[in-house]
Amino acid sequence: MKITGKIMKFGDNVDTDVILPGKYLVLTDPNELAKHALEGLDPAFTEKAKKGVILVGGKNFGCGSSREQAPLALKHAGVKCVLADSFARIFFRNAINIGLPVIEHEGISAKLEDKDELMIDFKTGMIQNLSKDKSFQVPKLPTFILEILEDGGLIENLRRRRDKK
Amino acid sequence: MNITEKILAKASGKVTVHPGEIVDAKVNVAMVHDLTGPLAIEAFKRIGTEKVWANKRIIIILDHQIPAESVKAAELHKKMRKFAKDQQLRIYDVGKGGICHQVMPEKGHVIPGTVVVGADSHTCTYGAFGAFATGIGSTEAAAVFATGRIWLKVPQVIKIVVKGQFGKYVTPKDLILSIIGKFGAGGAIYKSIEFAGPAIRDMSIAGRMTLCNMTVEMGAKNGIVEPDKITLNFLKGRITNDLVPFEALKSDKDTSYAEVVNIDVTDLTPQIAYPSSVDNVKPASEMHDVHIEQAFIGSCTNGRIEDLRLAAQIMRGKKVKDGVRTLVIPASQEVFLQALREGLIEVFTKAGALVCGSTCGPCLGGHIGLLAPGETCVSTSNRNFIGRMGSKEAHVYLASPATVAASAISGSITDPRDLEGGNA
Repeated sequence: MKITGKIMKFGDNVDTDVILPGKYLVLTDPNELAKHALEGLDPAFTEKAKKGVILVGGKNFGCGSSREQAPLALKHAGVKCVLADSFARIFFRNAINIGLPVIEHEGISAKLEDKDELMIDFKTGMIQNLSKDKSFQVPKLPTFILEILEDGGLIENLRRRRDKK
Repeated sequence: MNITEKILAKASGKVTVHPGEIVDAKVNVAMVHDLTGPLAIEAFKRIGTEKVWANKRIIIILDHQIPAESVKAAELHKKMRKFAKDQQLRIYDVGKGGICHQVMPEKGHVIPGTVVVGADSHTCTYGAFGAFATGIGSTEAAAVFATGRIWLKVPQVIKIVVKGQFGKYVTPKDLILSIIGKFGAGGAIYKSIEFAGPAIRDMSIAGRMTLCNMTVEMGAKNGIVEPDKITLNFLKGRITNDLVPFEALKSDKDTSYAEVVNIDVTDLTPQIAYPSSVDNVKPASEMHDVHIEQAFIGSCTNGRIEDLRLAAQIMRGKKVKDGVRTLVIPASQEVFLQALREGLIEVFTKAGALVCGSTCGPCLGGHIGLLAPGETCVSTSNRNFIGRMGSKEAHVYLASPATVAASAISGSITDPRDLEGGNA
């Protein structure tokens, strides 16, 4: 499982209210949710993310609410993966459960710059910075999490495992 | 082992567990509300399992957008009622419950020593009853609906030992704000916070709930208090089902913790979290001339009867300052009724505050009292992020019910101890 994309970089404590404000939680269509992704920090985010981006955050990315609509809005806005020094735990689980890859690695934010183009191999944990011609290794995701991501989310994973039985 | 480890060991059928270990735990009760439930229902249907794992262990509570504030919300509520009916689940509808984190323990769905998950980040509130309780997302809730199990990483535990006596108008909210200020918004990510010490043993269930409720604001997985007589007194007559026998687990005396923090509350003063981060905390006494347009007393953090009594004590016989709108929202129907019996609703109404039916409403900027650009609100709720209570150009300050009540009267954010001093 590999992805490539350009970085959009944010700071520490990017919370779920700026990722997706509470007033939009009554929306159920992911594409409608996506229109409001990260509008609290960058009103033009959706336009910029359209072609596919990799988000880089600092510490405690996704803190706040348990709203799964937050990673869902990011995914449907064009976010291919989120890298951060650390994540709020509910956001981390939610992202994996809806099939949005997340990589947590202390110090990763300082290594990367806005607009850098990356290629990420989730199986090996190898991250190539194509803009800087550099690469580095992050710890691999546990196998069961990688399987959930490969299946496209927890529901698909449950279905596949059940059908295999 | 500490109490969190004991609960997780028991739920996963193990003799011992260690921090960092991933366990497959049996869930005792799972909860979803009207903003996380619809997605969970959709996901559950996609799994293709016909019936939920145990219909008595899944609770549905309508609280965020009630009564339906839009046709969209009404549709979501309708969908949840149908699911509850089809699956024969317990549902707390409009007028029958209130805010999920108040209703769950009030109605006996939180049992000490068990694992409770809820599709809401403040599910950690139930740690006040000695349960392991943590927030999950909708898809994960759907998986729990189908399987009754969840994988959890055993957290490292930070023990916070609290001693001393709270001063007048200093509350557990001030304590947790000061703790979050010290730890930082990400200071306890993935960790558990265990509250202990004489000041916790003396504390009401309401205060313990406020502490555990806000542990998520420093990233914690759960907050927990060992159950005791106060816990038992609250739960007596409320736990009517026999899903699991009550078990008052305690941490072993010789167990070790990732960190132990000692706090004396004797010199603690009223605290305020400034915009736009919950860890941006300073003493209320340092506040000068921050005028407010709105004051909000309510939410799963501070909408309990003890909170309303405290606010009413300050507002009794006084008037909300012109130019300020004050909202008072009891955390549940039970709290509303008690406030009515004690005459608190009359106190608030005479003071010029608007008392609304139980809902999460303004706390998350869902409905009832959203803020316009440039407006300032002081609130007893739990988050002050950009755009949390309406416009992203509005400012939200977090404080205790005493501080918010005093501020509603004076028109600017006020240390409640000063209001008593005579300027009102």
